[in-house]
Amino acid sequence: MSALVVAEHLDNKLNPATLAAITAAQALGTGVDVLVAGLDCGAVAEAVAVVDGVNKVLRAESEAYAHPLAEDIAPLIVQLAPSYSHVLAPATTTGKNIMPRVAALLDVAQISDIIGVESPDTFLRPIYAGNVIATVRSSDPIKVITVRGTAFAAASSHGGSADVETVDTTESTGLSSFVRADFTASDRPELTSAEIVVSGGRGMGNTDNFKLLEEIADKLGAAIGASRAAVDAGFVPNDYQVGQTGKVVAPKLYIAVGISGAIQHLAGMKDSQIIVAINKDEEAPIFQVADYGIVGDLFEVLPQLSAELDKLKS
Amino acid sequence: MKILVCVKRVVDYNVKARPKADGSGVETANVKMSMNPFDEIAVEESVRLKEAGTADEIVAVSMGVAQCQETLRTALAMGVDRGILIETDAELQPLAVAKLIKAVIEKEKPQLVLLGKQAIDDDANQTGQMFAAFLGWSQGTFASKLTVAGESVEVAREVDAGTEILSLQLPAVITTDLRLNEPRYVKLPNIMKAKKKPLDKLTPEELGVDVSPRLTVLKVTEPAQREAGIKVANAAELVGKLKNEAQVI
Repeated sequence: MSALVVAEHLDNKLNPATLAAITAAQALGTGVDVLVAGLDCGAVAEAVAVVDGVNKVLRAESEAYAHPLAEDIAPLIVQLAPSYSHVLAPATTTGKNIMPRVAALLDVAQISDIIGVESPDTFLRPIYAGNVIATVRSSDPIKVITVRGTAFAAASSHGGSADVETVDTTESTGLSSFVRADFTASDRPELTSAEIVVSGGRGMGNTDNFKLLEEIADKLGAAIGASRAAVDAGFVPNDYQVGQTGKVVAPKLYIAVGISGAIQHLAGMKDSQIIVAINKDEEAPIFQVADYGIVGDLFEVLPQLSAELDKLKS
Repeated sequence: MKILVCVKRVVDYNVKARPKADGSGVETANVKMSMNPFDEIAVEESVRLKEAGTADEIVAVSMGVAQCQETLRTALAMGVDRGILIETDAELQPLAVAKLIKAVIEKEKPQLVLLGKQAIDDDANQTGQMFAAFLGWSQGTFASKLTVAGESVEVAREVDAGTEILSLQLPAVITTDLRLNEPRYVKLPNIMKAKKKPLDKLTPEELGVDVSPRLTVLKVTEPAQREAGIKVANAAELVGKLKNEAQVI
């Protein structure tokens, strides 16, 4: 039996976390089909069809799937699931919303946020804010899984030639309806897939001071993140939050500015390749995980860093 | 309306969890336990809804060992009216917990159920969605704002791209995110009063729920630890290291 991956997409673009979920599915050693559910989602289905290693794309077009409402998408996945040994989705807010509903309707456990595949029934997943890694085995006939995107390489988005098959849709339940979205518009790279992330914490002081980080981020082609404290204080929107309950990032370079390094924040960034910390408190726990640290006032260090990056370019 | 709020007893968020020496699980002996912080936000929201006149009764449910009573007493001290403990020494996984909550909902018939979006011990983020599915109810996960209006509730959800607003038909399940509210501090007189509030006990057997685990934890380990690196004097040195040593810029 094969694995079914539930694709995530927005505005006709495939979320790259889907490519990591496809890689995780391939590690199971079975064939991989991908479900693309939406409204006018033909372009996404075509994009998935050429992803390396995809056998078949299942396309489900309906008004009911115009927004990924858990109440309406879960029955569709449940209808398809009996033909599969595994059903996987990225551990994004969309996947986390929908998949437990799928698992419950199938009366199986969900294995959340896996970071490794040991065998088709045994997986690694972080618990306790990533301070502990559990190896868990599922005894259920269908394994419902969410996949941590940073733990698996993205499947190549070309080289495949899967058929796109239209599947029967399910009716809208009418239980919930989309009202509106306030999504943050940005020209910067997406936080969870960016190669460089510059994050600010409570030490930034206010929203205006984040401009200092924006300047650095623009020079590095980086995404901007934040600690919970900075989001709680209203400096930046919630979608900037990196941590146990926010986004998990693992870029090549993570620059933490004015972030003390609570375990809940470390849970979201400690798998970064290189970590830089800039903090005036030399006892801050962030320095215990940082490869390079500067003890100093960020309002002095950031302009200097900006100037040094200019020199590098010239 | 009647609200059910679900609370879990977990290792306190300030405690750094460690695997037991034999790798069979996480060390919880002699460790400070508290209410899951996300559930605390759910309790606070339910109390605010009662204070605003939207709710007329709040029932809290917890499940697990006898000490979960302490977690329920905290909820009662915050303003919950009565508690239900489903007492068992068995290991409870999210699917079983969701089945137990469903059974309690069928007895209590609340119109709104609030609970944290995830527990900070297993970080599963499943339970609310699961019992919403069992009941065929709507769900609003990761809620940062909720407004009850007639037969529906409008929920602002913290999603990866920003904020999404959904309208849910009641009855509904809401899982709470960090910024929904800031839970109140419990005052001593309320702790005393909470001791007199009703707390009923049930068992999974009485509710007719099979709680057998579906997942077996084979082992738990500590992840590879990062070593502290070096301090550099200034931005110039930092850029030099990032360029020539780490080669990441």
